[in-house]
Amino acid sequence: MKSKYLFSILIFSFLGAYAQDATTLVKGIRANLEKINDYEADAKFKTEISFLKVPDAVVKIYYKKPDKIKIKNQNGISLVPKETVSISLYSLLNSHYTALDGGTDLVQGIPVRIIKLLPADENAELVLATLYIDTKRLLVLKAKTTTRESGTNEVELFYGKFLPVGLPDRIIFSFNTEDFKLPKGVTFDYDDGTAKNKGAEPGKNQRGRIEITYLNYAVNKGLSDSLFK
Amino acid sequence: MWQLLQIELLKIFRKPRTYISFGAIAAMVIIIQIALKFDGQSYIEFLTGSLKDSLEIPYTNILNGYFVCFIILNLLLIHIPLLIALVAGDSIAGEANMGTLRLIASKPVSRTGLMLAKFMATIIYTALLLIWLAFISLLISILIFGTNDILIARNDALEIIQRNDVLWRYMAAFAFATLALTTVAALAFLLSVFADNSVGPIVSTISIVIVFTILSEMQIPLYDRTIKPFLFTSHMLAWKGFFYSKVDSGGSSLPGTIENIRAIGKSSLILVLYIIGFVSAAIYAFNKKDILS
Amino acid sequence: MSLVTVSHLSKKFRSHNAVDDLSFSVEEGDVYGFLGQNGAGKSTTIRMLLTLVRPTSGHIDIFGLNLNKERKKILSQIGAVIEKPDLYKYLSAYENLSLFARMSGFINSKKELNAQLEMVGLAGRETDLVKTFSQGMKQRLGIAVALIHNPRLIILDEPTNGLDPQGIADMRNLILHLSRHLHKTVIVSSHLLNEIEQISNRMLIIDEGKKIVEGTVESLTDPARTLVEVTVDNPIAATSRIESSSWFCYLIKTENNHLIFQLPKHLIPELNRSLVQLEINVLSLQAKNSLEAQFLSLTRSKQNVAAFTD
Repeated sequence: MKSKYLFSILIFSFLGAYAQDATTLVKGIRANLEKINDYEADAKFKTEISFLKVPDAVVKIYYKKPDKIKIKNQNGISLVPKETVSISLYSLLNSHYTALDGGTDLVQGIPVRIIKLLPADENAELVLATLYIDTKRLLVLKAKTTTRESGTNEVELFYGKFLPVGLPDRIIFSFNTEDFKLPKGVTFDYDDGTAKNKGAEPGKNQRGRIEITYLNYAVNKGLSDSLFK
Repeated sequence: MWQLLQIELLKIFRKPRTYISFGAIAAMVIIIQIALKFDGQSYIEFLTGSLKDSLEIPYTNILNGYFVCFIILNLLLIHIPLLIALVAGDSIAGEANMGTLRLIASKPVSRTGLMLAKFMATIIYTALLLIWLAFISLLISILIFGTNDILIARNDALEIIQRNDVLWRYMAAFAFATLALTTVAALAFLLSVFADNSVGPIVSTISIVIVFTILSEMQIPLYDRTIKPFLFTSHMLAWKGFFYSKVDSGGSSLPGTIENIRAIGKSSLILVLYIIGFVSAAIYAFNKKDILS
Repeated sequence: MSLVTVSHLSKKFRSHNAVDDLSFSVEEGDVYGFLGQNGAGKSTTIRMLLTLVRPTSGHIDIFGLNLNKERKKILSQIGAVIEKPDLYKYLSAYENLSLFARMSGFINSKKELNAQLEMVGLAGRETDLVKTFSQGMKQRLGIAVALIHNPRLIILDEPTNGLDPQGIADMRNLILHLSRHLHKTVIVSSHLLNEIEQISNRMLIIDEGKKIVEGTVESLTDPARTLVEVTVDNPIAATSRIESSSWFCYLIKTENNHLIFQLPKHLIPELNRSLVQLEINVLSLQAKNSLEAQFLSLTRSKQNVAAFTD
């Protein structure tokens, strides 16, 4: 499974921090992340991409440390965007970076500290990561990553009933997508007069959105590697 | 009327050429099924284009019976008019050629009644051909490929319909296809009145369908508003409308919905008007016709 | 009352007059011969009687009913074989017969249908497909189809076309059987004079869509009105000598070097003697009945003798 973008989403969900300064705060988050070896979850998967018209699906999400992730729609088909984040935050947190304090802000009405991570390697795919951390509950509520190829992606995490295990109830990920076109001679479309891709300009980048609502988690049950093939 | 219809059905279904269509459909469907069984992924890659770089595409799940049936319909509903024309174009001209037209037209039945019976028999043939197509393209595909959600490739979007939301759409699509192909039958039927040999009406019908289809598919602004909305071939594709779902404000498609039911209704109405027009013209011309064959 | 009354019937195909102001009537029980060359307008007239062709003008009454208004009623009592009897080749003889019976509004039992096939000599071939039949068998099946609903009027358009001599004889006997024993009225068209002469009691000769002559075959072949065509070397001298003789009242026409007389057949030897006595040089002398004469005048004008002598 190469869905690094989702890997990233889930990595974010482990982030919690106690430290006062930026570096310590991030290190704390990494330490928390270490506690989760694997999990299996049922989730509602909602896709909002201009060229995809898909119904909400119930999917199974499998995660295994350090970077394995698999989303399976056991009852049907889901088209899962991949590589919208080409560098995992996990790799970033395990590599050399500089953590800078970016001040404070409000996310979901909660005061947060902004921490900016700059990779030490100048050639890294990730250019900049910005974390919005709820320092009271020690949770990452939002993260923005800027990569060389995919532009800026954003993830927002909502916590609730799964807070005791340190995992989010809901994640909203937004990213850049490109337009999709097939020749009419291939599809023989029926023109039913419905306006297509409202506001979209062909060839221009548009924003896509994925929303995952977790229904349950089974943490550290020892998942087999074969699940991720 | 029932008596005449029975006679016309007997004539159609005792004629060897009728079964060419059933055989041809079976052959074409089986060829497509075999091709997809062995190389379905290439076709899906072709349909999804560059998206495989940005999306995780579950090829084995996509290649299921529902999807295969959709591909078959997409490919064949362009060609089936030929098979419909084969029988509808023969209905009057074939009898003229065989010399039986003068016999039946000198029987104590009205020419209008005779034409209606012939046309109804053609509709029954068309419907049976589609039931046969449904049987082998849907049931056999399900047996070979199983079922799953269906991926619909539109020219600017990919659409997924859940498997438990598919079957009724197929029923509606096949019903609509019967209407669409009845329009072709009505055209062939009309042309059949003017010929004493079935080759002419068959070839003319196919030529008209091809030219109209090209006009329907060409994206030329001049034609888009002037000609296209009135071409029956533009509306024959409306069976696909049953596979387009509505989306909610969040962009998710809604199971059990149709994107634009009014458009399908309008297309149906236009096709019905075409059928009425063609058949009325055929009846009028046949009533005026001097039978010299 | 006539069974069929045709008045001032015309049919124009573009500029061509296929039938031109044709009037005739057929009485109940007639075997009515319809005689003319190919293209004379026989088939067009018959097709108008069967509503296959719409007249340009004129009226047709059959069974005392107007054909335009009572089409169904009239056609249900007509049986027809038009030109060669084309039937559904991919159906069996039985199926063809059953199909046309139902179209005529009759539901016949299997026994009746088989009896009809037996009558036309197709017993044992009921289930065979028509495509395996010879021309004669198809013709007989065509007759069975025309008769299955027991029609009052039978119309046969060139029924002997394509038949061998035995087939022609069988057809002749069938028509006579229909008329004499089943008391049917039959309209039969042909381009063969002897055929019509042998079976018809009344007849019509048609050419270029126009009526040439209509009457009973008896009157048209009356020996009291035999035509004698005398070919002479000097028609002017011959005519003047005849004018002064008692034979002048029998001379009806002088045409080139032919003198045409109409007289009782038994006077021909006496005429022959008188011509010698009048010193008229006779090159030939030929006697014909009026029917034959009418035909010959038609064929001569079209130089198509073969059609009437084969």
